[in-house]
Amino acid sequence: MSDCPQGRSKCEMALRVNGERIVVRAYPMDRLLDVLRGELGLTGTKEGCGEGECGACSVLLDGTLVNSCLIPVLQAQDAEIRTIEGLRSDSRFQELQEAFLELGAAQCGICTPGMLLAAFHLLTKKPQPTIEEIREGLAGNLCRCTGYQQIVEAVAEAAWRGTAV
Amino acid sequence: MRAHPGDYELVAPGTLPAVLSLLAQEPGGWLPIAGGTDVMVQYAAGELPARKLVSIWNLPELRRIEVLPNEIQIGAGCTYTDLREHEVVSREFALLPIAASWTGGIANQNRGTIGGNIVNASPAGDSLPALMAYEAELILVSIRGERRVPYTSFHIDYRKTRLAPAELVRAVCLERRFSEYQGYARKVGPRRAQAISKVCLAALARLGDGVVEDIRIAMGSVAPVPLRLRETERIVRGQRIDPPLVQLARRTAAAETRPIDDIRSTARYRAAVGGNLVAEFLGRLSAGKIKG
Repeated sequence: MSDCPQGRSKCEMALRVNGERIVVRAYPMDRLLDVLRGELGLTGTKEGCGEGECGACSVLLDGTLVNSCLIPVLQAQDAEIRTIEGLRSDSRFQELQEAFLELGAAQCGICTPGMLLAAFHLLTKKPQPTIEEIREGLAGNLCRCTGYQQIVEAVAEAAWRGTAV
Repeated sequence: MRAHPGDYELVAPGTLPAVLSLLAQEPGGWLPIAGGTDVMVQYAAGELPARKLVSIWNLPELRRIEVLPNEIQIGAGCTYTDLREHEVVSREFALLPIAASWTGGIANQNRGTIGGNIVNASPAGDSLPALMAYEAELILVSIRGERRVPYTSFHIDYRKTRLAPAELVRAVCLERRFSEYQGYARKVGPRRAQAISKVCLAALARLGDGVVEDIRIAMGSVAPVPLRLRETERIVRGQRIDPPLVQLARRTAAAETRPIDDIRSTARYRAAVGGNLVAEFLGRLSAGKIKG
C-alpha cells in the first residue's frame, strides 16, 4: 500500500472494483462505502446504521464479506472489490436473485443488496448450508420488513437449485 | 457529529518494522487500526480522539498462526474467522472459536482481530475470558524488541492495559496442554447474534476420579476488566461436585463479580447470571455433558 504524501489531503488511489481498475481521488480515511456511492455512483451498496451493525453496506473484499462503512478506503487499495452491481453477470447470483423474487424475500429493498451479498458469500463457502448455517450467515444483516423467514427460505431454495443443476 | 475524513491522517507502511519505527518516532502519537470494527465505529460517531492512524490490517507478520510443539502463537492480526477456521485452534482451544462465533456477524468476524479485541480492552470483549482461562501469554513488540507478558495481568483497569505507547501486540501464545480439560463457554445477551454481552463465561476443568483437579473460570462484562474467578475456583478445586458445592460456587461466583448498571444490563442481573453460569458449568461437568 502507498500513502498520501501530504497526510491529510486527498490523494489518488487505485482500486479494483468489479474487475475494473479505477483511480479515485479521496481522503485515506474516506469510508469505502462513500467512495463507492459518491465517487463511483455504485449506489446499490446502501448505508444503514453506519456502524457495522446492519449489513446494508456489505461488499466483498477479496471474496470476503465486509461492511464497507467500517473500511477506510486506503485499506481497500490492493483488494478486489465486488459490489452488488458486479455480481449481475454471475449465474449463481442470478439464481439467488430469482429465489429472492419468487419467495418474497425483498420488500422495501434497503437490506436486499446486503442480504444478497451475505447469502452469496455463504453459498460460495458452503454450497449446501443447513437452515441454522443460513441464519448464522445472515445474522449480521438486519431486515425490518420480512421477518427473515422468506429470506432464509430463498437462500435455502437457491442452494437446493444450485445442487440440482 | 460525524467526523470529516480530511481531519484525519491514515498511513499504511505495509510491514511490521516500518509500523514499529513510525510508532517509536512519536510514542502514543499514532493509533493502530486493524480491521476497524471498533475504531471506525468511534470515528463514525465523531468520538475518535486520535487524529493520526496507522494501518496494521493484513500485515503478514501479524496474520499467521504458528503451531509449535508446545504452544501455538496466534498472530494478533488474525481475524475471528481465521480462528474459527483453524484446525488446531478448533481442536485444542475450542473456547476461542466458540467466542469468535459470538462476535458480531460474519462480516465483522472477517475484519475484527484477536489483537484488536485485546487492546480495545472492553470488559465485554467476547474472546477475552477464553484467553484468561487458557492463561495465554502475549508477545508485545516495539522497535526495541519483544517481551512476553501473562495475559491474566495485562488488563490493569477499565480500558487500561500494560501495553506501552509505542508497542503492539504481536501474538497470543497458548500452551498446548489442555487435551484432558473439559471446556464450557456461554454468552448471555439480548439476542443470539450481533449483540454485546450482558455476561459471558469461558471455563475449563480437569477431572480425575470424580474430583476437580484443576479449574479455571473467567467472565466478561462483570468487572472493569475480564475477570478470573479465583475464589470460586479455590472452593471447587480438589472437591467432588455435589449439589451443596454447586450452590456454594454459585453464591461465591455471584459475590466475586464486580458488575455495574449500564445501558445493557444491571449489576444485580449480571451477578445472578454469573453465578448461574458457574452452576451450569459445574452441573454439566458432573453430569458428563461436556465434550472434551
